[in-house]
Amino acid sequence: MTHFDYPRLGERVFRQKLSNGLEAVVVSKPLHAKSYAFFAVRYGGMDLRFRLGDRWRDTPAGVAHFLEHKLFDTETGSASQLFAQNGASDNAFTSSDMTAYYVECTEKFGENLRTLLSFVSTPYFTRESVDREQGIIAQEIQMVEDDPDWRIYEDLMECLYRASPVRIPVAGSVESIRSITPQVLYDCHRAFYTPSNMVLVCVGGMDPEEVFTLAEDLLPREGGPAADRDYGLEDAAPVRKTSLRRMEVSMPMFLAGYKCPPPAEGEERLRQSIIGDLACDVLFGDSSPLYTRLYEEGAINGSLGGNFDQLPGAAYLYVGGDAKDPRRVFEEIGREAARLGREGIGEDFYRQIRRASYGQMIRSLNSFENIAVSMAESYFQGFDYYRFPEVFASVEKSDVEAFLRENVTAERSAFSLIEPGTE
Amino acid sequence: MTRQQILENVYLTYIPSEKFKTSFLSAQLAAPLRRETAGQNALLVNVLSRGTARCPDLTALGRELDLLYGANLEPTVRKKGECQLFGFVASCIDERCLSGEEGLLEKLTDLLGETLCSPALEDGILRGDYVSSERENLADLIRSTINDKRSYAARRLIEEMCREEPYGTGRMGSAPDVESISREELDRRYRGLLPRARLELFYCGRADRERVAGSFRRAFAALPREGQPEPTPTIRRPAPPACRIVTETMDVTQGKLCMGFRTDCPDVPANMLMNAMFGGGSSSKLFLNVREKLSLCYYAGSAYHRLKGLVTVSSGIDPRQYDRAVEEITAQLEALRRGVWAEEELENAKRYLVSALRSTEDSASALEDFLMGQAAAGCEETLPELAEAVAAVTGDRVAEAAAALRPDTIYFLRGREDRP
Repeated sequence: MTHFDYPRLGERVFRQKLSNGLEAVVVSKPLHAKSYAFFAVRYGGMDLRFRLGDRWRDTPAGVAHFLEHKLFDTETGSASQLFAQNGASDNAFTSSDMTAYYVECTEKFGENLRTLLSFVSTPYFTRESVDREQGIIAQEIQMVEDDPDWRIYEDLMECLYRASPVRIPVAGSVESIRSITPQVLYDCHRAFYTPSNMVLVCVGGMDPEEVFTLAEDLLPREGGPAADRDYGLEDAAPVRKTSLRRMEVSMPMFLAGYKCPPPAEGEERLRQSIIGDLACDVLFGDSSPLYTRLYEEGAINGSLGGNFDQLPGAAYLYVGGDAKDPRRVFEEIGREAARLGREGIGEDFYRQIRRASYGQMIRSLNSFENIAVSMAESYFQGFDYYRFPEVFASVEKSDVEAFLRENVTAERSAFSLIEPGTE
Repeated sequence: MTRQQILENVYLTYIPSEKFKTSFLSAQLAAPLRRETAGQNALLVNVLSRGTARCPDLTALGRELDLLYGANLEPTVRKKGECQLFGFVASCIDERCLSGEEGLLEKLTDLLGETLCSPALEDGILRGDYVSSERENLADLIRSTINDKRSYAARRLIEEMCREEPYGTGRMGSAPDVESISREELDRRYRGLLPRARLELFYCGRADRERVAGSFRRAFAALPREGQPEPTPTIRRPAPPACRIVTETMDVTQGKLCMGFRTDCPDVPANMLMNAMFGGGSSSKLFLNVREKLSLCYYAGSAYHRLKGLVTVSSGIDPRQYDRAVEEITAQLEALRRGVWAEEELENAKRYLVSALRSTEDSASALEDFLMGQAAAGCEETLPELAEAVAAVTGDRVAEAAAALRPDTIYFLRGREDRP
């Protein structure tokens, strides 16, 4: 067991690589009443095509998410019921590149951790339960289809990407999940749920030694490598420039995307993420010249916002919200990015944004979930998230200007719109 | 935790905590929830958030907050029983997480005080351009609640069920009401309210009490104080003799079924536990039976409106299954009334609830929401006390709490083509 102190953050982290290859991390938070355990696998909605043995396999869209639902089944019932008996609340999510299972509790942490590790590593699927789940997930997909925020994001991804599976909804479609069988689920579990492709992050006042011993005893001794995946070959430019959909919304809603080069590995990825976040703040953050002007003109409301996302082989900056004249807002964003690229960012304004952005990163450490997600992502991408103060210090104003100049351009952009009405 | 009066009708709830990287502050005015004033109060805080005399626009205000390491200052409008709480929450990084910075807390408290007491003015009253743009934004925001059908349906149930009580008013008022507010009217409301309304202040963080109290006293020194605050009671009504059914259609694929019940049972811990067993979390009857066993709903849960004495069920269903879903939800409640449950169900719900109450103290904003609600309603029990009271509830008390529930209204949202 090794421990790392981060005096700038006031944090202490314990780490151990288990003999089966699993990385286990404990972030010490002795003052909190709750304890939190987060068990994640580097496998998500994008991992549809992979190699099992020497054969490439294509799996149905939505299989990672389906597997997430079904792993809670055990031979003796649902794992959720075991958590419930200890007053623990459990949940799980599937994103494009990660599936995570987590539990939060104020008592019996050891038992809950045991349940978590055990159900995630022990698949148990039957024909009946898979059939029944198809109904439940079909309902979930239909609910999401009524959600304009979700729909517009999917529309934008379809505009931006041609080959990358990031364009396929994580939950799949009502049709695609029909072809999921117990065997497909077993195969995907075997291909990805292997210790070297997973990470355990615990946050709270638990004893790190106990966590590591328990994980060592309970998890499979052996672990093979994770399957190779294929994300396709992606073009530099978006496939389509615009999409339009009508839904029962109160006001037009837009989402603009800028397709960026595929992300780097290691600490450079963290650096890019900091640069991308600063670029968002400078371009359309609450205190930016563009935001304040458009807000004061009444062209936007408080809903305008966006982010810079990095996924396997795909990175993009997006910005959107409600607006009476969304096309005008989109044009203004493009003009402002061009101006910043040309004239540069004012020294005082950059100092102000930098300070605020650093504060936001510190603030995010209040949330156990944020900590666990950042720890897991950074482990999968090969860097240490808690080095962000050092990496932050290495970012220059010129980096942010170059990012805006190269990425937020008309050629790289796509624009999705939802207008009030019915299809 | 302490709550003390620091100025006339100004109370400070102070929570010392070393858990967080931030200091969390709040300043909330308390007024009775009324159809006529709800929109005014909501609009007021949005207008005040546009600028102060010292930082008169978003650029100046944004710069001030950015320089405090990305401090937050946000208008909030909440409904706690039939009391409307409106004001601002603010937070900033604790100085100990930054090297060589001092006085962040004082600067943020000052800004909080200025936002409430010294707004940006034009010709001596609230700025007309701020009032008109925030009026439009707020009306748009209220209308946009239709975008999320799940919360829209839950809100429509309360509107229908309490259409003759203040509780039926949305926390931000209605869009047409907001649109009818004039600049002069809003300014009058502000000047009438500010001297009289009770002000609840909150701090959670690492600073000691003297520093916090001193900082708030200075920041709110300009707050006028005269007259008595209006009381904010919550009225309770019995359910109608027959359950009312309201159906609406919209362009949706998934139906939303919401059911509202009233209770006159004064045993709050028993009501909380009964609600947890009925539809709170993944060990509840609604989740286990209606969702998991029968696959009737994608989601199904219940909420106990503690300060008003209501229980509401919210579920997403296949619209063709409406009759069966209503029947099954009712059957689950009937089981609770008759005391039909496995001992484990009661124990699990108890653990779930106690754990939820205990971990509320791990989030400054959740703690603020709970304690400001308590202050608004004049309730004194703390989270640990409530957790202890829940742990002591017996099965008989749960059954009595369930027996006191009376159906009031069913609200059903379905697609245009769906046949009921």
